Amino acid sequence: MNMIQGLESDSLAENSEGNQYLTFLLAGEEYGVDILRVQEIKGWDNVTMIPNTPDYIKGVINLRGTIVPIVDLRARFSLETIPYGITTVVIVLRVNSDNGSRIMGIVVDAVSEVYNISEEALKQAPDFGQAISTDFVMGLGTVDDKMIIVLDIDHLLNSSVLKAIADQGEKSA
Amino acid sequence: MSIDISQFLDTFYEESFEGLDTMETELLGLNPGEADAESINTIFRAAHSIKGGSGTFGLMNVADFTHVLETLLDEMRDGRREVIQPAVDLMLASVDVLREMLTALRNSEDVDTVRVAEVHDQLEALLKGGSADAEDEVVEDSGEADNAIGSSTAGWSIGFKPLSHLFKTGNDPVRIIKELSELGAIKASADLSAMPEFDLLDPEECCLAWQVELSGEVTEEQVKDVFSWVDEDCELVIEAISSAAAEEPEPPLSEPEAAPTPAPVAEADPTPPAESKPAEPKPVEAVAKKTVSAAAKKPQAAESGSIRVGIDKVDALINMVGELVITQSMLNQLGEDFTMDRVQRLQEGLSELERHTRELQENVMQIRMLPISFSFNRFPRLVHDLCSKLNKKIELKMSGENTELDKTVMEKIGDPMVHLVRNSLDHGIESPEDRLAKGKPETGILHLNAYHQGGNIVIEINDDGAGLNTDRILQKAIEKGIVGENESLSDEKIHELIFAPGFSTAEVVSDVSGRGVGMDVVKRNIRDLGGVVEVKSKKDAGSTFTIRLPLTLAILDGQLVRLGDETYIVPLVSIIESLQIKAENVNSIAGGAELYKLREEYLPIIRLHEVFEITPVNTELVNGLLVVVEGDGQQAGIFVDDLLGQQQVVIKSLETNYKKVEGLSGATILGDGTVALILDVAGLVTLSRERVKALKNQAAVA
Repeated sequence: MNMIQGLESDSLAENSEGNQYLTFLLAGEEYGVDILRVQEIKGWDNVTMIPNTPDYIKGVINLRGTIVPIVDLRARFSLETIPYGITTVVIVLRVNSDNGSRIMGIVVDAVSEVYNISEEALKQAPDFGQAISTDFVMGLGTVDDKMIIVLDIDHLLNSSVLKAIADQGEKSA
Repeated sequence: MSIDISQFLDTFYEESFEGLDTMETELLGLNPGEADAESINTIFRAAHSIKGGSGTFGLMNVADFTHVLETLLDEMRDGRREVIQPAVDLMLASVDVLREMLTALRNSEDVDTVRVAEVHDQLEALLKGGSADAEDEVVEDSGEADNAIGSSTAGWSIGFKPLSHLFKTGNDPVRIIKELSELGAIKASADLSAMPEFDLLDPEECCLAWQVELSGEVTEEQVKDVFSWVDEDCELVIEAISSAAAEEPEPPLSEPEAAPTPAPVAEADPTPPAESKPAEPKPVEAVAKKTVSAAAKKPQAAESGSIRVGIDKVDALINMVGELVITQSMLNQLGEDFTMDRVQRLQEGLSELERHTRELQENVMQIRMLPISFSFNRFPRLVHDLCSKLNKKIELKMSGENTELDKTVMEKIGDPMVHLVRNSLDHGIESPEDRLAKGKPETGILHLNAYHQGGNIVIEINDDGAGLNTDRILQKAIEKGIVGENESLSDEKIHELIFAPGFSTAEVVSDVSGRGVGMDVVKRNIRDLGGVVEVKSKKDAGSTFTIRLPLTLAILDGQLVRLGDETYIVPLVSIIESLQIKAENVNSIAGGAELYKLREEYLPIIRLHEVFEITPVNTELVNGLLVVVEGDGQQAGIFVDDLLGQQQVVIKSLETNYKKVEGLSGATILGDGTVALILDVAGLVTLSRERVKALKNQAAVA
């Protein structure tokens, strides 16, 4: 416990204040998610597919007794899909929504780094106008001259994934 | 020492609701005129606990209200007031008011003060009007025949001799004496005669007694109030000083309680339910209770519901876990230096492990099981209220109340059952005049019954009323376009029509029923629980609704089937049979639907791979197997690649992290750690029907 606290305070002292973000690669770009939301990172393994769902829902996995849905982020952002390789990982995230929190996984090309980005350094994203809606982007950060797209996962995995499915469900019901 | 008491608030609410339930049950069991002392005591104790608790938590409006109720009960308990029906009705209303107040407080809502004040005033009025003599009332409490006239005297001599376990109830004599001193000047002396030698002294026992003289204008009520927390844990003598010249503190005039009762802590426990079945032993777990009605009304408040579990069950679990640990360490040891000649030993160990795991599983499931009486208990009140509202005479009979079922199932079945019972009362059982005219006894009988059958619990709601009016149902169904004009239906089919959406035959929309939403919702709720509801009815002989539910929602017996690379689980209860497909029995109808001729029936074939859009190993019917299932009262054949084994599976919700998926009732984890989806047969039938319809539409458009 002490050690963990020590580590935390060290890194905080080193990098001034700011939130820590886990970054991952997706089609050559680096994206970040709030590290406190990351439950675990695991290698890609077979999933059980769920019938009649959009193709970006890969299926569900068993995460120590909990059924966790997996979203392919490339498919979600309408990027070209590539075969999963050895660096392909599933990042398991805790997503908050109006009715409690859920656990979901996202499939990404590879994990990259953990960066500290202060809130001031996070720039408002300009409107891209297509594939990935700016609604899902919390801001753009710069680390070592690289651009990092920080994602708003609550928005991304609730409003898009679940609502799209919910709408579909209503239609079919 | 300061304790944050807010953490006990939840417990207080829970216990108070239990107390209210107890009060309600007992009140309904009271026969005016010949009230049973023990039930009045029970009601009194419940009210007392609520009053005390609400005072502690600063809920003064609840405490004040309960105080008036308690005073009324106190008079009844002492036999100074007759138990009459209006009083009982008023007390039932008070229970409702209290329940509303507590619910509102728990949800941080506003209390309906108008209603509270109204019932409060009625109670006050009853207290004032009905009591024989206000002065007598105050003094008779002490249990003495003679009395000092006048409600206050120059002072009181109080003999206070706590029983030795007083400290363990959490009460402090010093606090009580201090409280007395607030009423007036006191002179207290302690009686040390019972003190043992110092080395024999148990610091947790109270060996002291006090003689307190209180002077001032104080009523006996006030004095007794001070002792209200400990009146069952002490010997208390209160005498007016003027008339107490003899000063005899000897006769231990305790409260006119029927029997020494356990410490107040235990009072909140609900007592056995209705009067009508005192012979039934109450299982230990019966104390575990959450007001089902409250839970159903306020789901958000019930989310964090708790179960009280008998200590013996917990002990049994601990024992089992102990054995599991031993087995595990044995296997561990075996695995450290394993040689082939010890394989026998390994197999034994594994079978032991399996046995322990199964036992553990069964026992854990047991914890969630509660007797259905918790659900049944609300019906006496419902019947009582509706009888007076509808001017009918109805006797409620209940049997099988000790049949156990899963707590979750019970909470969800409550509302559908209430609906069915209300329907039986409103539509089923006729008015006394009609009954007499038909040559039936004036009093109708409503019978609730529950029993186990296989892995199911069966709940029957039976009335001896008019039965379903087939002509009117059919007429209505034709009006609503549910049935075609010239269709001829069997009686059973007509009876089933009442479950169709938007169907209600009540000619007058009453407060009780007849809004046209109902039976279809009942049916859907029951179906969501994996159960079915059936109705049997005979004109003028009555109707019976039979609800069949799985015992638990957590585990089911499943048949594993393979389809392409995926494994699915079909609930064993819905499987009728599985068979190899014979080409000559397959019939295709225009539009893509396929039927299978099984004996004399034609079943629609559901090609699961098409409905789920996955790639199967084969698409030729003859190469696969047909699993004949029944869901939602309809049979169908599901076409799969292969049958695998049967096994018990633990149901995991897809909704926790995802959402409900049509055609699936959940998921489970197989032995190899992968996830397998559980089919919802009824949903699948609907899904497939819609698919065929959609295909047909597409074809029409093209």
